[in-house]
Amino acid sequence: MTTTVPDGGTTQGARARRGGGGPATRRALRLDRRYLPVVGTFVVLALILVVGGMRYDNFLSVGVLANLFINNSFLIVLAVGMTFVILTGGIDLSVGAVLALSAVTAAYLLNAGMPAGVVIPLVVLVGSVIGLLVGAMVHVFEIQPFIATLAAMFFARGLCFLVAPESIPISEETFVALAGWDTWIGGQWRITSSVVIALVVVAVAFYLLHYTQFGRTVYAIGGGEQSARLMGLPVARTKVLVYVVSGTCAGIGGLLFAMYSRSGYSLTGVAMELDAIAAVVIGGTLLTGGTGFVLGSVLGVLVLGLIQTVITFEGTLSSWWTKIVIGGLLLVFVILQRVLTVRRT
Amino acid sequence: MAPRTAPADPVVEMYGITVERSGTRVLDDVDLLLRPGEVHALMGENGAGKSTLIGALTGTVPILAGDVLVDGAPRTPESVARSRAEGIATVFQESHLSPHLTVAENVMIGHEVRRWFGIDWSSTRERASAALAALGLEDVDPRAPLEDLSPATKQLVAVARAIVLEPRVLVLDEPTSSLDAAEASRLLGVVRRLRDQGAAVLFVSHFLEQVFEVSDRLTVLRGGRVVAEYRTAEVERAELISKMIGEDIDALQALHSERLSHHYAQPGEVTLRAASLGRRGVLEPTDVELSRGEVVGFAGLRGSGRTELARLMSGVERPDRGELWFDGARVQLRSPGAALRYRIAMSSENLRDDGIVAGLTVRQNIVLALQALRGWTRPLSRGEQDAIVDTYLDALRLSPDDLDRPAGELSGGTQQKVLLARLLATRPHVLILDEPTRGIDIAAKLDIQRRVARLAGEGVAVVFISSELEEVVRLSDRIVVLKDREKIGELSNGPGVTVDTIVEMIAADTGEAGPDAEG
Repeated sequence: MTTTVPDGGTTQGARARRGGGGPATRRALRLDRRYLPVVGTFVVLALILVVGGMRYDNFLSVGVLANLFINNSFLIVLAVGMTFVILTGGIDLSVGAVLALSAVTAAYLLNAGMPAGVVIPLVVLVGSVIGLLVGAMVHVFEIQPFIATLAAMFFARGLCFLVAPESIPISEETFVALAGWDTWIGGQWRITSSVVIALVVVAVAFYLLHYTQFGRTVYAIGGGEQSARLMGLPVARTKVLVYVVSGTCAGIGGLLFAMYSRSGYSLTGVAMELDAIAAVVIGGTLLTGGTGFVLGSVLGVLVLGLIQTVITFEGTLSSWWTKIVIGGLLLVFVILQRVLTVRRT
Repeated sequence: MAPRTAPADPVVEMYGITVERSGTRVLDDVDLLLRPGEVHALMGENGAGKSTLIGALTGTVPILAGDVLVDGAPRTPESVARSRAEGIATVFQESHLSPHLTVAENVMIGHEVRRWFGIDWSSTRERASAALAALGLEDVDPRAPLEDLSPATKQLVAVARAIVLEPRVLVLDEPTSSLDAAEASRLLGVVRRLRDQGAAVLFVSHFLEQVFEVSDRLTVLRGGRVVAEYRTAEVERAELISKMIGEDIDALQALHSERLSHHYAQPGEVTLRAASLGRRGVLEPTDVELSRGEVVGFAGLRGSGRTELARLMSGVERPDRGELWFDGARVQLRSPGAALRYRIAMSSENLRDDGIVAGLTVRQNIVLALQALRGWTRPLSRGEQDAIVDTYLDALRLSPDDLDRPAGELSGGTQQKVLLARLLATRPHVLILDEPTRGIDIAAKLDIQRRVARLAGEGVAVVFISSELEEVVRLSDRIVVLKDREKIGELSNGPGVTVDTIVEMIAADTGEAGPDAEG
């Protein structure tokens, strides 16, 4: 009754069935595919550098590149947090507002005379707590991440004005000293404390994603939540934690922004969550989740920063051209992702 | 099979398990004991409650009443993670792997080898490779993304994931449904080895021979109740089958004679004709003719091109060479929808994954294709819907209670029948069925085969593809044999043609003979 088709028995047949040529072609194919979006981002980055270098004097200077990191350190941190969320297939719209809340709170508390050693962990914690609330909404009440984080965005932005409606300059000594700390690598490349903090965050995120069960579960959830559950992975805990990570990153981002601007203002970071999302997508992370790399997101931020630099060098162009170029680039990358996924299936 | 005198104490005991799903009792007072060193097969029709029982054991399905004991201590199964920690590893019927992760990551996720610095990837990959090698997957690159693999290999990766922890209890729900014979027998070898090492195995399969080959004990479920328990060595196949379907064994024979008489009927005129139809890297140029009232079987190993030929002929995949003629006119099918307008319908191999709209009711699923064909401006009235649904209710033995339930809640076999009903509702002239009976029980299989035979009698040109060659031989008037993406011949079915005829034909083909070598 149940005679199945007998196997051809040859390894050749088996290999053909598994859909590949020799092992060599397979390997080349795999390298191409998984890292292709990141490689694409890298190519764009290199292209902008080359074109910029040919068009403008001093564009390809160490100073410009070093400033790229200094001016975008907070965005790097936001994008890192966002990467976790997007990898699970979620989204976090609250990070811009949480960044502002963290910066304003820091400025307010420092002005009130609280020591920096207390304020700094406290404002980071503010971000973590908001992330925890969002995670609970998403997981326990099964609210769409879009809506839950939208609510958190309004909530955090509202709190900013409650703390202080106008800009507060920061003059606390320890904080100013920390913000002003810098060092020169090779005597030319300037690195500030913000850059160091951002790079540490990137390193920690890379470690979490690739060397811990938490990170692996993040990827697995992006590949399919039900599958992850059937694999016996801690889906619930992980889904809450990614928003905590994102919130914490926003808290750190706020701190970096306060260091960068030496002030706290309730209207900072408006729409910055969208820059972070753009950076993550340009960095090759799939919006549906499951694939992407934190280093790609860093490259994404650098691309955004470089576009801004180019517009500045151009001089005559309105800074809104930055948005137009970013929009176009985003479109190209989303289409690229689409093409890659379609070819895959 | 090692002789066992006194059975060991059971490692898992389930007593009086009762489960309800949207008000319907899907498991009713079921007992199940799993003993170390024993393979326990769970048999039953689709919808008998096998997968639900596994869900109850692993905590994915809530239990209404009953007790679960592990090592004699009462447990409340709450999650897969928890049951894994207790040494119960499960291979679920539905896919539960992560497509973007690599093969090694899928095997090892959740139990990677850890050091002080976190996951040790090289040791992790080594362990994954060892588990894969045990299943004969040495040539699968552990760093390849899972989505690159064939369904069969994915299924084996899921098994590798379960066995890598050397579990005390191994639960396998339809682990061989997409495997070919060699792959299946390798898997059964691994199951036997684990049993001999003292693991308790719960084995669910529709392949009777595999169950008889590997199991020591059998529990038969029907309608959510245990109807029989046997020692495998002591049971007759015929008795088992009739227990499963609750029907007389004679019904099984009736279809066969019905079909045999059909073989003598004259086929009608040619309706769909492929002339040198092919696609680079998919299928060599192939000639095939389908006639009204004729069942044509496509036979070959998996990957031989049988599915590809069907896809090219039904607009699912677009050919880049050759022509397709329908009723004497050349046609170009740009999509399955376009094919449907010529009344060419195809059910794909992954029918259940691709075809069913889980959120819609059975009724809505059945009328979906017909409605699409008519266009949204001419909606089917409730009366018309009822008439169509009623027609197929009887023919396919669907339960009227199921009609207004979301299709996603139904068992695999029932979903398959719903999809067949959907295709039939479009009144196709050409019906292409790719593995329509895979993974479903004997009774449902019979229903579908019976229906296919009747359709041909009504003048439909049917293409029937199945891994079960006996099924192909029993149903087909003509058999197209494929090998290595090429048609190697054609057989006119008759009393002299058996499964062996086809197997010999495939074995004898050296690859030199072109598509002209008619048998």
